[in-house]
Amino acid sequence: MSGPFASLLSRDLRLAARSGGGAALALAFFALVATLVPLGVGSDLHLLSRIAGGVLWVGAVLAALLSLDRLYQGDFDDGSLDLIALSPLSLEQVALAKLLAHWLSTGLPLTLLSPLLALLFGLSGQGTWALFVSLLIGTPAVSAVGAIGASLTLSLKRGGLILPLIVLPLLAPAVIFGAGAVSGALDHLSNGALGLLSAFSVAAVLLSPFAAAACVRLNLAG
Amino acid sequence: MITSLAAEKLACVRGERRVFADLDFHVAAGQALVVEGANGVGKTSLLRLIAGFLPPASGRVTLNTDRGAISDGEERGRLVGWLGHQDGIKPQLSVGEQLEFFAQLYGARDVIGPLLERVGLSRQRDFPCRYLSAGQKKRLGLARLIVSGRGLWLLDEPLAALDTAGRALTAELMSAHCAAGGIVIAATHDALGLEARSLRLEAA
Amino acid sequence: MFRYANPAMFMRLSGALLPWVCGAAVIALAAGLYLGFQVPPDYQQGMTVTIMFVHVPAAIVAESAYGLIAIASLFSLVWRHPLADTAARAAAPLGAVFTALGLITGSLWGRPMWGAYWVWDARLTSFLLLLFLYLGYIALWNAIEDEARAARAAAILALIGAVNLPIIKFSVDWWNTLHQGESILSGKIAPVFLWPLLIMALAYMLLFAALWMVRIRTEIVNRRARGLMQRTA
Repeated sequence: MSGPFASLLSRDLRLAARSGGGAALALAFFALVATLVPLGVGSDLHLLSRIAGGVLWVGAVLAALLSLDRLYQGDFDDGSLDLIALSPLSLEQVALAKLLAHWLSTGLPLTLLSPLLALLFGLSGQGTWALFVSLLIGTPAVSAVGAIGASLTLSLKRGGLILPLIVLPLLAPAVIFGAGAVSGALDHLSNGALGLLSAFSVAAVLLSPFAAAACVRLNLAG
Repeated sequence: MITSLAAEKLACVRGERRVFADLDFHVAAGQALVVEGANGVGKTSLLRLIAGFLPPASGRVTLNTDRGAISDGEERGRLVGWLGHQDGIKPQLSVGEQLEFFAQLYGARDVIGPLLERVGLSRQRDFPCRYLSAGQKKRLGLARLIVSGRGLWLLDEPLAALDTAGRALTAELMSAHCAAGGIVIAATHDALGLEARSLRLEAA
Repeated sequence: MFRYANPAMFMRLSGALLPWVCGAAVIALAAGLYLGFQVPPDYQQGMTVTIMFVHVPAAIVAESAYGLIAIASLFSLVWRHPLADTAARAAAPLGAVFTALGLITGSLWGRPMWGAYWVWDARLTSFLLLLFLYLGYIALWNAIEDEARAARAAAILALIGAVNLPIIKFSVDWWNTLHQGESILSGKIAPVFLWPLLIMALAYMLLFAALWMVRIRTEIVNRRARGLMQRTA
């Protein structure tokens, strides 16, 4: 695989891996949230298995937000974004490559770790499978909406503080449908959550590159 | 191939401040233009405007090529080689990785080795960029400029942080670029060391 | 139509309109409150039903204000209209206050109905999320120094929020039926309650319009003052 798109993707993945351990940081945060919750609510596995879907979904979303500021801010601060903008790629393609790199370096690893954390919460086999599938479908939406937030705040020195405030309300549907899929599996109900989550995810991933490109364009002109 | 670059009645507004207005100039292929003027007079803004990052408040920039005239900013950007005020270098990547990334990003087929030799960085090829000095980073920026293969070079303070040898190298590369039919537009306070016309920006 | 929306024209037009809008708002508010206290007690809710007259209009205005911000943002992005940015920015804190008002009155209503100040009712939950959308929007405006850049970024955020808002509402409704919630406002409204409600809704809208005009005027005057200072500096 070569070409401008692939080179930008692999460079972003390489940078993610080399700055602060890349996925490891998000994974550690995710695992820590999953450890603190039982310490807060008690060790009753019956209760924990009921809340596992929601807690792990919220934990995954927060963990994915941690690394959003390096999506655009680093490249904006050191002038790399100027050089990338002049490349043969359109800014929409650039945004898609960055979105993909963010998902591969955070969303996917978080999804892969989730069955292990589900074990700590005593989640049943079906519940674990539903959590895994819903994260696999839903984390691209988290990266997509997060990327919009990152592009909106890319020129801010302390964008990391305002970013969650902008992004989290927009992600409420993902959390609702994702955790809903898990509770549906626990109650042996087919509530259509995965279908709704897929629709949200597809829409977010399709829309995000255009919104992010518009924000980048605006900031390059600044 | 670029034949010429023309600006007509160009005006730039930042925030509510008029930076410059009624700017006209024309640069033909093979020529170099030095943009001069005091700090804050809009040299960088002019370069960003030509590169297509910044839409002009009024007036227009036209890039004439053998395939027709281009006045759309983003389309013009596809022919621009950029050496900005900021280095655009990632401390985590090695010199070689950095240059290979840009070569692939710009779809260039150049071999990296000889290029690094030309700018005097071949010994540093596997060094992480965080160990480079400011002057070495500038040299890497020059290598990147060549690898971009673009006809219109826009350079913001190209001589800053460079030693005498580095300045001579920069002048040599710019002359070679012009001789090959390219255009160089450089914003600088220093003497470039090559035949160039000059454009003086005055406060509006 | 843009000819009528330039700042100077807006100052003249709004200056003439403002006293009338203010007056109408006060009259409608007085009439609505008076009628509101005249209604017979509801057979289920008793006199607490009167909270509806201050709650529902706040909710309507809170949502409409976000719609207005989105429309103004579209004007700002597509036609680069200078007044549109000012209008969007001026509406945001008002929308946030009306949202908060809707939340507070809703929770006061919920206390006698459900026995708790807060119940995860679909309507209240959506409004809580709407409040956060407002706060994020205001925070983004304030965080970006460069005003033109802030305006464009905020406009993009407002449009994304407007696209997402129906999805958020849908997802919260979906979540609520999953967890078997109940809403205060299910079923039809009896005609005795309808008139005071409509008048109060009108009063809130007039109040919003008056405050919005004042805020836009203030911003325009501020901008002129800044321009003067820059020129004399």
